[in-house]
Amino acid sequence: MSEALHVEVKGLTVTARNAAGEVFPIVSGIDFALKRGEVLALIGESGSGKTTIALTLLGHARPGATIAGGSIRVGEHDLTRLDRAALAQLRGNRIAYIAQSAASAFNPSRTIMDQVIEPALIHDLMPRAQAEAKAVELFRALALPFPDTIGARYPHQLSGGQLQRLMAAMALITDPELVILDEPTTALDVTTQIEVLRAFKAVVLERGATAIYVSHDLAVVAQMADQIVVLSQGRIREAGAAAQILHAPADDYTKTLMAAARPAIRPAPEKIALPAAPLLEIRGMTAGYGKIGKDGRPRIPVLRDINLTIERGATLGVIGESGSGKSTIARVIAGLLPPASGQVLLDGEALPPGLQGRSRDQFRRVQLVFQNADTALNPAHSVGRILARPLAFYHGLKGNAARMRVLELLDLIRLPATLIDRPIGGLSGGQKQRINLARALAADPQLILCDEVTSALDTVVGAAILELMAELRRELGITTMFISHDISTVRAICDDILVLYSGTMVETGPRTAFGVAPFHPYTDLLIGSVPEMRAGWLEESHAGAAPPPIGEISDHPDLCRFLPRCAARVDGLCNTTPPPRRPLTKGSQILCHHGDESLCPL
Amino acid sequence: MMASAFQRAKALPVSGKVGLALVIFWLAVAVFGPMLAPYPVGAFVAYDVFDGQSAKHWLGSDYLGRDVLSRLLSGARYTVGLAAAAALLASTTGTALALTAAVGGAKVDEPLSRFMDMLISIPSKIFSLVLVAAFGSSLGLLLLIAAFTYVPGNYRIARALAVNLAQMDYVQVARARGEGRFHIAIAEILPNMIHPLLADFGLRFVFIVLLLSGLSFLGLGVQPPDADLGSLVRENISGLGEGALAILAPAVAIATLTVGVNLLIDAIGFSGKGKGR
Repeated sequence: MSEALHVEVKGLTVTARNAAGEVFPIVSGIDFALKRGEVLALIGESGSGKTTIALTLLGHARPGATIAGGSIRVGEHDLTRLDRAALAQLRGNRIAYIAQSAASAFNPSRTIMDQVIEPALIHDLMPRAQAEAKAVELFRALALPFPDTIGARYPHQLSGGQLQRLMAAMALITDPELVILDEPTTALDVTTQIEVLRAFKAVVLERGATAIYVSHDLAVVAQMADQIVVLSQGRIREAGAAAQILHAPADDYTKTLMAAARPAIRPAPEKIALPAAPLLEIRGMTAGYGKIGKDGRPRIPVLRDINLTIERGATLGVIGESGSGKSTIARVIAGLLPPASGQVLLDGEALPPGLQGRSRDQFRRVQLVFQNADTALNPAHSVGRILARPLAFYHGLKGNAARMRVLELLDLIRLPATLIDRPIGGLSGGQKQRINLARALAADPQLILCDEVTSALDTVVGAAILELMAELRRELGITTMFISHDISTVRAICDDILVLYSGTMVETGPRTAFGVAPFHPYTDLLIGSVPEMRAGWLEESHAGAAPPPIGEISDHPDLCRFLPRCAARVDGLCNTTPPPRRPLTKGSQILCHHGDESLCPL
Repeated sequence: MMASAFQRAKALPVSGKVGLALVIFWLAVAVFGPMLAPYPVGAFVAYDVFDGQSAKHWLGSDYLGRDVLSRLLSGARYTVGLAAAAALLASTTGTALALTAAVGGAKVDEPLSRFMDMLISIPSKIFSLVLVAAFGSSLGLLLLIAAFTYVPGNYRIARALAVNLAQMDYVQVARARGEGRFHIAIAEILPNMIHPLLADFGLRFVFIVLLLSGLSFLGLGVQPPDADLGSLVRENISGLGEGALAILAPAVAIATLTVGVNLLIDAIGFSGKGKGR
């Protein structure tokens, strides 16, 4: 056993018991080792056992699972031989854990400071005053706003990215020798992710802690890791130095992962001779929640002045971060939320604003596919029943004819016909998403609104769904509105792109316009925040740089929404005058005071 | 159908099997009891009151010297039948109103919910006393009283479930598909609340057994010479000091019936959940 190695895992096997009482391994034969101060990444899809392995480094196995074999050495301790009391001494003290969802890991009824210093107090490491001083120091190092007073706040007063960094502060308060980060940025927007990654890298690495980074995202891992272990179905597929895995992967599975992470640009299908009217047109639409005021705006506006058109057979990508109102556009088109003002035209004729007054045929022509197939499919129904309902409802198909059509649909989405009588609960995430898509297809629609259909899926499964959608589009000529937060996916499959920020359209244009600078400052931030699959990107990226100082912001309601975060804002202009909508020579339209020349230096 | 019911019964946990056995036993007693009774219900057959167990009278005799076993076998019918019918009536009415409120929006929900709040504030025993005093006791009236008393409780639980389910994505999908409210309530929402509702049904059933027994205890329930399990307890109350079988037997009967129903309902809810996820 070499002393230089800080963490050493040998022949680790974790088993669980299934419903029938049989013992089966979740992970087996796991070996890896890392030196003090190194970062090791565990990469894999959901179900690959990466979190299970990460938890064993705390000497923990989830209820129902047991560490059945192998050794886990951290420093001088073999975790498999320690009893509960000894493990409790190590956890949260020498070994710290940062979980995926900070929002649910904090207790909502206690202040941030109380929770951040708790590990230090539990392990009696320092008096309260000293712990608080140290926490403030960590808040500063993690680039949190108002480091001196942020501790007095409660979790609901902070954003997801801030909570994630505060959780890192909680983990680091005891100066642990090993930090385990379990998908710490997966739930965050890209623009937030880059800030959190920077903070993590600075703090974890500069303190010389050894770290295990669990993630499904190779590009994120490329920024952090010295070593990468690729897992699939509880076994190691490939392990080695980060540079080797990223640039010269040897294993086929690793190659699949790499390919899925970078969606290939698909050529747009040949345009059919266009009829005069576009399929969908939205004119001057404003929508939101609450009472509509005298000025025609709802009390809580979500979308402001949306204008868009989708040509027949085309795909429009709508992109923005969470809370930008992108799902609301789909809800308005589907009639679930009547707009406060403006019109939605399908095939040149105005759709009634809400669900009331729409004809069954109008319902049929627009189909909405929700993001989360787990909640979008009724768990009480079988696959066949879910697909048969739109057939009966729109087309009056019953009995054998309906069953034949359901089988056809299953074939179309590449699922075996045997699934037809299966309850929804027994399907995998990817299968459910296919059913979700097939239900929309069953209506024989003209327009499909896809709301983040691949976001909840693993990259490989998500890539397969995108592949399927491209195929369906080619075969059936369906018009699609594709809502996503992932600009690389949108750039790969959409003909036109609309960038939404806080309910306003900040840039619109054909796909080609999104491959070349200049961009609207927000688009620039979005594109610049997508991690690239190489080491050193994080240091080079200028995305998320601090905006220049500006004077007081006037209370004009139509000022640029991006102003508080914009790196190109101009004092005396942006904070007093609403921005104009202006065309760029590359073919897109932006909502900004800047034009071609002044944006170029970005 | 039979085979699958049998399969399901086999998959129940032990407590569920005990519950199922008790429920089947009491249903059988309710249906066949009067035929099996060795003596007529109102006949004075023993020379002693509060007799102990004997070969002639398996459960002894009551305060008038009637055969306790016969009275128990005949009385179970009233308790089981009335309670089941009333619980069913209360649950279907409450759930139907709850679904109406959930898909009807605030305009339907608010008045209906406030009305139910008003009903829930009426003490059930006093309400029953007033009605029985006004109309005289009859089986139909008892059924209505019991059902009416427990509609608001079931409504509240069902509405809480339904309002949550109405926000689910699959309901939104159905709305965006243009489905009517009836379809959404029956096909999309109801199947997902059936297990908690079954548990609630079990609870209501037990409450109703206790309410009817309580009314009978006050002399307002099933009228002599017929008697439900509650009346049997009441009329033999003077035997309590002697620990007579005449009062123990019906009390144990009420206990096993209510416990059995609850064990079964809990087990069904549990295995149903395991299957659904």
